[in-house]
Amino acid sequence: MEAKTLFDKIWDGHVVDSVENGPDILYIDQHYIHEVTSPQAFTGLENRGIPLFRPDKTLATVDHNIPTQNQHLPIREELSRLQVATLKDNCERHSVKLYGLTHPFNGIVHVIGAELGITQPGMTLVCGDSHTSTHGAFGAIAFGIGTSEVEMVFASQCILQPKPKRMRISINGNLNKGVIAKDIILYIISKISASGATGYFVEYAGDTITSLSMEARMTICNMSIEMGARGGMIAPDEVTFDYINGREFAPQGEAWDQAVENWKKLKTDEGAVFDKELDLKAEDIHPMITYGTNPGMGISVNEAIPALESLPAVEQESFKKSLNYMGFEPGSKLLGHPVDYVFLGSCTNGRIEDFRVFASLVKGKKKADNVTAWLVPGSWQVEKQAREEGLDVILKAAGFELRQPGCSACLAMNDDKVPAGKYAVSTSNRNFEGRQGPGARTLLASPLTAAAAAITGKITNPADLM
Amino acid sequence: MSIEKFNILESTCVPLPVENVDTDQIIPARFLKATSREGFGENLFRDWRYDKDNNPKPDFVLNNSQYSGQILVAGKNFGSGSSREHAAWAIFDYGFGAVVSSFFADIFKNNALNNGLLPVQVTEEFLAKVFEAVKKDAAAKLKIDLKKQEVTLLSTGETCDFEINGYKKTCLLNGYDDIDFLLSKKDKILAFELTQNGS
Ligand code: SF4
Repeated sequence: MEAKTLFDKIWDGHVVDSVENGPDILYIDQHYIHEVTSPQAFTGLENRGIPLFRPDKTLATVDHNIPTQNQHLPIREELSRLQVATLKDNCERHSVKLYGLTHPFNGIVHVIGAELGITQPGMTLVCGDSHTSTHGAFGAIAFGIGTSEVEMVFASQCILQPKPKRMRISINGNLNKGVIAKDIILYIISKISASGATGYFVEYAGDTITSLSMEARMTICNMSIEMGARGGMIAPDEVTFDYINGREFAPQGEAWDQAVENWKKLKTDEGAVFDKELDLKAEDIHPMITYGTNPGMGISVNEAIPALESLPAVEQESFKKSLNYMGFEPGSKLLGHPVDYVFLGSCTNGRIEDFRVFASLVKGKKKADNVTAWLVPGSWQVEKQAREEGLDVILKAAGFELRQPGCSACLAMNDDKVPAGKYAVSTSNRNFEGRQGPGARTLLASPLTAAAAAITGKITNPADLM
Repeated sequence: MSIEKFNILESTCVPLPVENVDTDQIIPARFLKATSREGFGENLFRDWRYDKDNNPKPDFVLNNSQYSGQILVAGKNFGSGSSREHAAWAIFDYGFGAVVSSFFADIFKNNALNNGLLPVQVTEEFLAKVFEAVKKDAAAKLKIDLKKQEVTLLSTGETCDFEINGYKKTCLLNGYDDIDFLLSKKDKILAFELTQNGS
C-alpha cells in the first residue's frame, strides 16, 4: 500500500465527491459556530427557504462579543446585545445546541470543543473562525472558514475545498528553561514568516512535540494560521486518548475501546511524502516576544529587533511602518521596556495549564503598579477549575483577579480595549495594528513571559525569575 | 440563487503598496457587530482612513481623490489573519470588483471568490510595474479578463496570467452559486453518511 500522511488519510476519508479541475466536496463531522460569523449564514439559509441539514452536528457558543464582567446583566452595548440575541433566536429556530452566556459549558469556541470531548481524532471540523486550527492538536483536520462557507455547511454538512499541500515541521530535543509551547510556535512563525505556510496543511512532529501535553499541543496548532497555513495537526497518541477519556461527550464503554483502536491507526506512514519539510532544534528556542505588527515579527526576549539593513529592500517600507506604529527603533532591545497592560487568555493561552504557569511565576510576588492585568479564562470550566485548585487565591495575593470567560482583549470587541499607544504583553495570537483596541501596541508572548512582565512592569526574560 | 457574473473588468486602480494587509485592518473587529451583510464599505480600512475623531487622514489612498476605480492593488500576503468574510464584503461594498496582489492568504481568497470579488494573483515583477505605472499616472488602467485568466496593464500592454480553479471560474463567469451546487449533490452526501455510520 502507498505510504500516506495523516492528513491525506483523514481528508481522503471525507471526500464525498471531487469536482473535476476544482475542489473536493468534503464532509464535515463537526461544525462550531459563534455569534459574529453566523448571523448572515442563517439569514442566507432562510432566504433560500431550506432547513439546517444536520443540526446535531452543530454546536454554538457566544464568546467574541461579550463582556468579561457582570455577565448576568444585560449586555450594555446595543449591537453586541443584538448579535448575542440573534444567535439565541437562530439556534432555537434551527434546533442547534447553544452554550449561551453563564451556561456552565460556555466559553471560547476552541476551548470548549476540546474540553467537552467533542473534538476527536480523525474528524473534520470547521468554524467561521480562523483559529479552528486549534482542534488539529487531536489529530483532526480542522480549519477556519468564511460566512458563505458556514452557510454551505448549514445547507449540506459539506464544504467545497481545494486540497491543500502538506508540510511537516519536526522539532526534536529538550526545551530550554522558561520555554513553553507558545515560544515554540512563535519561534516557528518567526522562522518561516506570516505567510510561509500559505497553501499548506502542517503536521507537527518530532520528540519535542510528542512530549507536550494536550493543551500545549493546542497552543501550537492554534497559531498555524499565523503563518498562513490552512491548519495544523499532531498525530494522536496516549496523551490524546488520556485527555479525551471521561470528558462530557467522549465515547464510553465499548464505544470508547473501539474508538481508541481506530484512532491508533491515525499516523503518517513511514516513507510518506510531504510537499515541504522543516526540521528545527528545541535547544535553539528561547522565550519569545513579538516586536512588530504581524506574528512573524518575533525574536527571543534577549535579542535585539533586526536592523533595517538586514532586511531585503522590498520589505523595508512595511517594516518601518510597523515599527513606527509600535514606537520601536530598528536594532534596539526590548528587554526592560515598560509595559502597561498584560493579557492572559484567548484560545491560544486561556486553558488551565496557562493559568497554572502564570500563577506559578507570580506566586509570592506582587503585580507591578504600572501594569493593568486582565486574566480571562477561556471557559467557565477553566474558571471553575482554577478556583478548585486555589489558583485564584495565589493570584489574588499577588494582586491579580480572574475575570469572566470570553475572547476579551484578544480582539477587543467588548470593553476590554488597550488604549492607544499603550504596550500590552499578550498571550493571544495576533499583534495586528489595532487588534487590541485602536492604536494599541501588542507584544505576543507566552503566559510565563506575560507573568514576568506583570511582576516587573517591563519586558523580562521569565527564565531570570525562575 | 446566484452571484454577480464576472467577465472583463477594465478600470483605474487604487494602489496600496503595503505588505501583509490583514483583515483586522480591512475591517476592524469593532465593526463586526452587524447581523446583515450590508454597509461594511463605510468602514473599509477604518483606522487607516480616519483618525480617532473620525476625520479622514489625508495621506491614506482612499482619501486621495486622484485615485479611484474598481481595482484595489496591494502588496503581498493580502488578507491574512482573521477569517472574517466581512473583509471581502467591505471591499466589495466599497465598490471594488477585484484585488490584485502578488500573494493572497487562503481564507481571504475563498471568501472573496464566494462573493464575486476576484483575487488576481500576479508576479512580484508585474505588481511592481503596476505600482510604478499608477504612481506615474493615476489614470493608468488595468484590464482583467477572467475567461483568458489574464491581466493587462493597458498603458504599456504588458500582461500577466493568473490562476483560478476551473470550478470557481465557471461559477464566476456564469454567476453560479456554491450552495445550489452542493444541494444538487444531496444523494451522494446521504450515501456518504451511510458509509460513515456503518464503519
Ligand atoms: S480568543 Fe481571539 S483568536 Fe480565539 S476565537 Fe476568540 S477572538 Fe478569535
